[in-house]
Amino acid sequence: MSKSIKELERIAVQIRIDILKMLSEADSGHTGGSLSAADILTALYFSKMRHDPNNPNWNERDIFVLSKGHAAPALYAVLGKSGYFSTDNFSRLRKLGSILRGHPVRGITPGVDVSTGSLGQGLSQANGIALASKIDNKKKRIYVMLGDGEVQEGQVWEAAMTAAHYKIDNLCAILDNNGLQIDGHVNDVMSVDPLPEKWKAFGWNVIEIDGHKFEEILSSLDKAEEITGKPTMIIAHTIKGKGVSFMEGKVKYHGVAPTQDELEKALKELR
Amino acid sequence: MTIKLGTREVYGNILAELGEENKDIIVLDADLSGSTRTSEFARKFPDRFFNMGVAEQDMMGTAAGLAIGDKIPFASTFAIFATGRAWEQIRQSICLPNLNVKIVASHGGITVGEDGGSHHCIEDIALMRVLPNMTVIVPGDGYETEAVVRTVTDYKGPVYIRTSREKFPVIYSGDCGFEIGKAKIHHIGKDVTIIAYGLMLHKALDAAKNLRKEGIDAGVINSSTIKPLDKETILEAARVSGALVTAEEHSIINGLGSAVAEILAENNPIPMKRVGIRDRFGMSGKSKELLEHYGLTERDIIKAVRDVMSMKKGSCQSRITPITNQKLSIKGRKLQDSSRFTAEIAEKIQK
Ligand SMILES: Cc1ncc(C[n+]2csc(CCOP(=O)(O)OP(=O)(O)O)c2C)c(N)n1
Ligand SMILES: [Mg+2]
Repeated sequence: MSKSIKELERIAVQIRIDILKMLSEADSGHTGGSLSAADILTALYFSKMRHDPNNPNWNERDIFVLSKGHAAPALYAVLGKSGYFSTDNFSRLRKLGSILRGHPVRGITPGVDVSTGSLGQGLSQANGIALASKIDNKKKRIYVMLGDGEVQEGQVWEAAMTAAHYKIDNLCAILDNNGLQIDGHVNDVMSVDPLPEKWKAFGWNVIEIDGHKFEEILSSLDKAEEITGKPTMIIAHTIKGKGVSFMEGKVKYHGVAPTQDELEKALKELR
Repeated sequence: MTIKLGTREVYGNILAELGEENKDIIVLDADLSGSTRTSEFARKFPDRFFNMGVAEQDMMGTAAGLAIGDKIPFASTFAIFATGRAWEQIRQSICLPNLNVKIVASHGGITVGEDGGSHHCIEDIALMRVLPNMTVIVPGDGYETEAVVRTVTDYKGPVYIRTSREKFPVIYSGDCGFEIGKAKIHHIGKDVTIIAYGLMLHKALDAAKNLRKEGIDAGVINSSTIKPLDKETILEAARVSGALVTAEEHSIINGLGSAVAEILAENNPIPMKRVGIRDRFGMSGKSKELLEHYGLTERDIIKAVRDVMSMKKGSCQSRITPITNQKLSIKGRKLQDSSRFTAEIAEKIQK
């Protein structure tokens, strides 16, 4: 479980390569938001979370909910590399009959617990899973990742109240704060600022980190575990398209797959 | 060469044009303006465009308020998020007070493709059709889209329009016209008539052509208004054909098929068959593969025609001459003016 930072960084490079390859092969899908989430997902699946890929339905496992479901390629990359299913499936992303759907579907992909894709619904479901775990006195931790555009959905704030009201402290949310959505910069489309103050006002423990630094990701996840009586929100400052210079910070790469040319250029940079 | 045009492209362009003459038009989108094509209006009239962010429920409520303030709001996003996520807002804030809000949602149906089940919308017609005061329209090609958008701008009341990600072949011309609640009769068949809208209208036309080669007289009606349904035309087709098939890129539950079945059951219960998605969620795949997988091909329509014809008891003689060459009008407008954009694009593509 306890991998060194160096090892995690190496894994994250491979995860990014897998994401880009599977998207390019699928010829559609969401590149930018998968790359911005890659380091956090790597930290969760290869260091922090208690889970067993050979036993995906293990009762005591920690649970991860990808509320921003369009980053499915990032989730599939870490699930595949962890061993939930054969990485041969990567080349079948988004294809007819594949277990890797455009957006995650419970019951279709091993390791996927929650169906997402319609934004704003993941936190509520994470709350429910966390409450069930508390009722059963389980030690599970529930993680949920949201996008910064996603938090424009009203349901997110309804769920934010629920988590604080019911003191759901076995829940840790992570906000992939990459500053971009589909139609442009979050600040131009519909500002969500000031994020830390909002979540604090809603009764959450808030930690801000650089979402691409493993030391910060891991220590924030550890700190969250120590907090009792309230849920934790880790606001992770990230870069959309992180790892591929010509994609970084570009709105354009939200919902398009890399072309063959772009893939080759990207792989050269990453390797 | 068949010219193909996206109904969402035509919508975006006409909206931007209408915005010039009609300053009351306000456009709202929920972070999908590039896909719904409202981006064109946003570029031209930034002061009358409101990006609401990823917040469809808030968008519908805001649109309702704009209508109360005497504006003509057009609210756009993907069909599933418009009709699914914000359904109760549409019901409570828009339909109950009968407000003048136009909801034009793109990516209807299953030809959304690879994004998968969460993004397919095979329930929108059902969800909108059930709401009192709501008008439900799915245009069949570029020309009809232009006529529809122009017509609903002048009409007062809630309207839902579905556009598609997929481009449709152009089948009409500049004078196709459009009247709310009036179906376009391509032909009423002596043996059977297929009633369809949107993408499946094109499959129905192909199916009818091939059936005719076998000596089966299959008619086609474009029921682009699903609500209010053109009851008169459907009953006429029922009387002449003695058997009907409906075809739609939608669940077989509560779409056009159900609406036609309701009318037949209460007035003239003849054999009918529904082509549609049989109570299942979609999965990822290419549009063409999905249409095959979920039974939405010309072949499926032909099979339904054969099935329904074998259900017919005895033969059915035509008692009236089928209506041909129906000319519909757009209220108060010269028809040539109403199809300028589509004609221009069609010409450009042809070159
Ligand atoms: C309810 C809903 N509305 C709209 C969409 C379409 N959509 C997909 S991604 C996206 C933008 C999300 O931005 P953000 O949460 O910042 O994601 P990221 O930048 O991490 O990719 C939108 C509007 C959706 N999936 N669900
Ligand atoms: Mg973002």
